[in-house]
Amino acid sequence: MSSSKLPDQRSDSQLSDLHINGFDAEEESRARQARIVSIARWTLPSLLLVLLIGGWQVYVTVFEVPHYILPSPVRIAQTLVTDWAVLWPALLATARLTFLALLLALVGGLLLAIAFTQSKWAELAMFPYAVILQVTPVVAIAPLLQIYVNSAFIAALLCAWLVAFFPILSNTTIGLKSADHNLQDLFRIYGASRWQTLRLLTGPSALPFFLGGLKIAGGLALIGAVVAEFVIGRAGTGLGLASTLLEASYRFNFGRLYAALILISVMGIAIFGLMSLISHLCLFRWHESAVKREA
Amino acid sequence: MSEPVRTSLEREPLGQRPELLRMTRIGKTFRGGVKAVSDLNLTVQQGDFISLLGPSGCGKSTALRLIAGLIQPTAGSIEWQGGQGEGDLGVVFQEPTLMPWARVKDNVWLPFRLRGRSYASVADKIEQALSLVGLHDFHDAFPRELSGGMKMRVSIARALVTRPRLILMDEPFAALDEITRHKLNNDLLSLRESIGCTVIFVTHSVFESVFLSDRIVVMAASPGRVIGELHVDASYPRSDAFRTSPEYAASASEASAMLVRAMEHAA
Repeated sequence: MSSSKLPDQRSDSQLSDLHINGFDAEEESRARQARIVSIARWTLPSLLLVLLIGGWQVYVTVFEVPHYILPSPVRIAQTLVTDWAVLWPALLATARLTFLALLLALVGGLLLAIAFTQSKWAELAMFPYAVILQVTPVVAIAPLLQIYVNSAFIAALLCAWLVAFFPILSNTTIGLKSADHNLQDLFRIYGASRWQTLRLLTGPSALPFFLGGLKIAGGLALIGAVVAEFVIGRAGTGLGLASTLLEASYRFNFGRLYAALILISVMGIAIFGLMSLISHLCLFRWHESAVKREA
Repeated sequence: MSEPVRTSLEREPLGQRPELLRMTRIGKTFRGGVKAVSDLNLTVQQGDFISLLGPSGCGKSTALRLIAGLIQPTAGSIEWQGGQGEGDLGVVFQEPTLMPWARVKDNVWLPFRLRGRSYASVADKIEQALSLVGLHDFHDAFPRELSGGMKMRVSIARALVTRPRLILMDEPFAALDEITRHKLNNDLLSLRESIGCTVIFVTHSVFESVFLSDRIVVMAASPGRVIGELHVDASYPRSDAFRTSPEYAASASEASAMLVRAMEHAA
């Protein structure tokens, strides 16, 4: 009896083995694929960077390119260290300008957006001017500011603010208006006050829009700050990294020019990373944009 | 709970229930001259489960919005017996309409919160409402973590957490699959047995209206108006067995016939 049962059992277990193996193989290859992609995400750009810098270094060394035309990467790295005493205060100054402008843009954009959604009259009266401020190139406004504002820092701050505040204003205004209509009805049925509606309904609804605007504004604040330094910092006021960069270019100090450029770029990346982090922390629990989906 | 709990045993027969709400010759004309409802009369009694049944465009949802006070009638009047008090009304929409950024418990807290009640002071009521809809284990979940049926249950819990005298439901289960819908219909009835509220339920499903309600008010379109009323006398609690009873079939065919007449009225 046991002998007659054995083959059956074996075939059964073989079948399930096969099934599990088949499942495993597919699952494993998918996992391997994911692992490769996640490694490549870091290694490929890094490899490309090393190749580019290496090629640059070789080119400069082999063809003996003078450093006032194209400094070698090694020379730029050296400059970063030797000129740190100049670069670091400049970096701090630009960072201060950028973040202060971003902060003012955040407060201004937010308050104005709330005013726009609370009062149709405010929106009708002011929105065209917000658009005009946005579409007028800041480079064209900067010289005027330089004439009318005594402090170079405040003039630069105004420039950077002008560029940064519009995306926050525009995104937040749309966000505040996009709350679910049924939820708005529900708030009315339960007799919610304006403040309650703003705090509990339209505010949270606007959050993803606002954070999207903040991400754009972060980058724009830096661009605004750099442009302002270019235009306003020229008069020997020596504002920050962009002024340092400009000055270095006048003096054919290309090592310092590249060093300043790298620092500006790093700052831009840092700001973007910071805004993305803030956005993620605010939204990851509930918003669709932050939810990872199974492929 | 200080509120008296009515049960099915205490519910008076249809004609003898105390009046809750009376709509008299209600008309609503929207800008542009579209008559959404015209000459609409409806008396809601305490303990009624009324279904508003009709083809789309017959003004069912408009009637509900009028009762909710979201829009004002252009003619006629709506009178609450004893006036409408705070928390007298609960609403369930076709979509769950939850705040995606708030946890389940905070969504249910909303009606109290908007009246300035702290969470701690109503925690037991929130607890109870969630238990009633079978979601006591999901306090801290976010809406996106729940299935469509569960979201609808949260929505129902929010509507009944204040123990309203009247709950308005606007095709709440229309977007759900048939099986979930059956289950929620059953649960809605047992829920009502335990809290004893009055319900006005908008639907375009004959079967849903027969299973749930004791009064089916049939409406016709253009302009929206009531063309007839049908009583389903089967006693509550109703179970799945009711769905296969001859009484159910008879009521369903009668309601269908009225619906056909409603379509003819419109044409």
